[in-house]
Amino acid sequence: MPSVSMTVNGKQVSGTVEPRTLLVQFIRENLHLTGTHVGCDTSQCGACVVHVDGASVKSCAMLAVEADGSTVTTIEGLAGNADVLHPMQEAFRDNHGLQCGFCTPGMVMSAIDLVNNNPTPTDHEIRDWLEGNICRCTGYHNIVKSIAAGAAAMKGQKAAAE
Amino acid sequence: MSATGIGASVKRKEDFRFLTGRGNYTDDINQPNQTYAYILRSPHAHAKIKGIDTTAAKSAPGVVAVFTGEDMQVGSIPCGWGVNNKDGSPMNEPFHPALAQGKVRHVGDQVAVIIAETYSQAKDAAELIEVDYEELPAVTNSEKAIAPGAPLVHDDAAPNNMCYDWELGDEAEVDAEFKNAAHVVSIDLTNNRLVPNAMEPRAAIGDYNTGTGEYTLYTTSQNPHVIRLLMGAFVLQLPEHKLRVVAPDVGGGFGSKIYHYAEEAIVTWAAGKVRRPIKWTAERSESFLSDAHGRDHISHADLALDADGKFLGLKVYTKANMGAYLSTFSTCVPTYLYATLLAGVYTTPKIYVNVKAIFTNTVPVDAYRGAGRPEATYLLERLVTKAAKQLGMDQVAIRQKNFIPADAFPYQTPVALQYDSGDYEATLKKAMELSKWTEFPKRKAEAASRGKLRGIGISTYVEACGIAPSAVVGSLGARAGLFESANVRVHPTGSVSIYTGSHSHGQGHETTFAQLVSETLGIPLENINIEHGDTNRIAFGMGTYGSRSLAVGGEAIMKALGKVVDKASKIAAHLMEASPEDVEFKDGKFTVAGTDKEVDFGTVALTAYVPHNYPHETLEPGLEENAFYDPMNFTYPGGCHICEVEIDPDTGTTQVVGMTAVDDVGRVINPMIVEGQIHGGLAQGIGQALLEACEYDDNGQLTSGSYMDYCMPRADNLPDFKAATETTLCAHNSLGVKGCGEVGAIGSPPAVINAVLDALHDVGVQDISMPATPQKIWQAIQAAAVLAAAE
Repeated sequence: MPSVSMTVNGKQVSGTVEPRTLLVQFIRENLHLTGTHVGCDTSQCGACVVHVDGASVKSCAMLAVEADGSTVTTIEGLAGNADVLHPMQEAFRDNHGLQCGFCTPGMVMSAIDLVNNNPTPTDHEIRDWLEGNICRCTGYHNIVKSIAAGAAAMKGQKAAAE
Repeated sequence: MSATGIGASVKRKEDFRFLTGRGNYTDDINQPNQTYAYILRSPHAHAKIKGIDTTAAKSAPGVVAVFTGEDMQVGSIPCGWGVNNKDGSPMNEPFHPALAQGKVRHVGDQVAVIIAETYSQAKDAAELIEVDYEELPAVTNSEKAIAPGAPLVHDDAAPNNMCYDWELGDEAEVDAEFKNAAHVVSIDLTNNRLVPNAMEPRAAIGDYNTGTGEYTLYTTSQNPHVIRLLMGAFVLQLPEHKLRVVAPDVGGGFGSKIYHYAEEAIVTWAAGKVRRPIKWTAERSESFLSDAHGRDHISHADLALDADGKFLGLKVYTKANMGAYLSTFSTCVPTYLYATLLAGVYTTPKIYVNVKAIFTNTVPVDAYRGAGRPEATYLLERLVTKAAKQLGMDQVAIRQKNFIPADAFPYQTPVALQYDSGDYEATLKKAMELSKWTEFPKRKAEAASRGKLRGIGISTYVEACGIAPSAVVGSLGARAGLFESANVRVHPTGSVSIYTGSHSHGQGHETTFAQLVSETLGIPLENINIEHGDTNRIAFGMGTYGSRSLAVGGEAIMKALGKVVDKASKIAAHLMEASPEDVEFKDGKFTVAGTDKEVDFGTVALTAYVPHNYPHETLEPGLEENAFYDPMNFTYPGGCHICEVEIDPDTGTTQVVGMTAVDDVGRVINPMIVEGQIHGGLAQGIGQALLEACEYDDNGQLTSGSYMDYCMPRADNLPDFKAATETTLCAHNSLGVKGCGEVGAIGSPPAVINAVLDALHDVGVQDISMPATPQKIWQAIQAAAVLAAAE
């Protein structure tokens, strides 16, 4: 069986996997990072979105071996051990952008990638971007609000750092 | 109002763990030495099983065991509600096996379970099982299923595929009203079958402790105690003290996770056989084939009116598709949660309802968000709007003319329910203001200048939730009580744990319930913990569905808190050397009227557990109380939903450009959470009206079995919502609360379709069915044009 190694949430990890093992299976089952979820089997729902080398990826649509040598960030990597929420996580809490929490990790990871590429998205652009993330609880209204607020907060944080 | 008490939009306590990926959903749980199950399902809608050869699968790599229906001889998966036929005879209730017994009855029916060291090995081995099927003709449509000569899903156990033929009201009496009517308006419509699609697929882990003989089931359930009762007492014959059911974090339910499912029994039973833990997690395509579906009614209705548009009588004939087996609540949905709501918000004096529940070769149908009430509302609100058109009346005026007036409560309907409170004029007025109803013609003209058809639709509704008074539902056939339990445990230093039989799977109970405690005991939210979802930790519970958690579960907490305050007051009286009748409790402090004596809640709690100075002669040490609460009546939220759409006549595409909901949900504990619940319901209602179609072909194959075929609402399908509340208090519970979980999905579908038909009125389209997809709308426009040209 092939072995893979990658950096996940800042830590070097490696493991032996079947060639057919999906990245999401490697994350959940080998690394026990269960914050990344599986909500479908056709790559539609986006509950499994993580960042691979800085860009959002549906981890159910990538083999673990394809991520060999990559840098991966999962939802667990955002707040880290210091338990300080990322501005996007904070915005979801402030705006009630989550209910059951199952789609939330994918939503947050996807939203951060949007804002990294488009720091001031309009509501229309946010709704358009979320094509690949399904939520059954919120009706998206508060997710859109959360992402807009998260984008503003990320901008503020970036400005403060500069 | 305190910052953390009733009425405050407190941020949710549960969000930190969900936002950081530290939730604990069933599939996140792993047990030492765990195995994995794959369920082999029927590829046929209807077939005899002539033989199953599992030899090759059993010797495949990693396989621990393979079981079929022959191995698993257990009780029938029970139905929780018996409904009688018109003639008083009981409904047909065929055996519901966990693993197929000689026959499969829908695509997805469980045939065998393969247990292996890894999930992949179990799935691979399933390919090696040879099932000798003799295919039989199938039937999926309820009307076709009761036609002469239709294939019989349960053979002799349900002749004509009939589960029951039930009625409410006196048909002859209603017919008499029709003889006096100036107008009769009729409608035929379908309430489309839906797939609930909670984002977390169902999962179950069975575990058998070989040392103690105890079984544990971890499951994605809205009601773990109900599962323990149904599976333990009826299917596996395991007593409660040897069976623990845990429903940890659950990723959405919407009804679909109420029911006891075969997979729960399979992993629990099989864990005892292989003496190792077994995990099963559904793939989404399995969810489509095995989660109970919702709705699926075919109805005809006639409304009699006098010359002024006053409703005189209503007759409704509905065929409800039950699917292949009776799921837990399936039988009460089209009867007691549907027919009893057909008075709606109107004073219609005479109503007759006939419901035929019918077996077909499809996935079982059961309660999905709203359950029966969306079907009733859709029928009524389409019919009333049609009546306005037919009589040339204004669609708002015809509603107002027939509203139950605000001073008529309590109001006894002709269909068994007694509404305790409401003000339908108030919610209507506010919704019309918020939606800028009167300025609609300007917006329509502007849209027309862009080549778009713009329409506006309205729906005024009432629903019955907070289920339910046990004596009432018992008399109607419920086989269980529908109370709730709560335990309040005050710890020595004054923090509090609440053990509730309600279950939160997105509703935010850990916050809302904590607000009740904060308000009552005057302690901060961080000193309060809400525990739910574990039969070993919580005394009992009937769970969460039918918007019951606050109105029933919350009331149980309030009752237990009342007992805590009573006992604490006596301890405080002792400490302050006062008489208990003179002690007052407010903002976390006990005081004695007319003195400056004061003792805080924390001191009383400590005294209860360190009883060195304690009234032992009259009180036991400790501060912990239980309560069971059984409601006096259902609760009756109501309101008005207004939808505005724009249709592109060239493509048939509908854009929802406005969605206004003004709902009376009783007292609001956390406005932020209530608004979120309403948003979610609206999205599901719009989804039903415009996007979601669960469809079978004639062979019984589900043709919408994945997210590539079944159109889930995406962010760009939906507008920003305007949601507001307008409150009348529930008259029979202490909090005055009604319930907010389902209103969004109940009120909105007819508002959307009425808007679509309003938009299409000018191009001659009279009718459209849900979901009103672009294809359907485009075809309707073309057909109307052909008809117009021919005339």
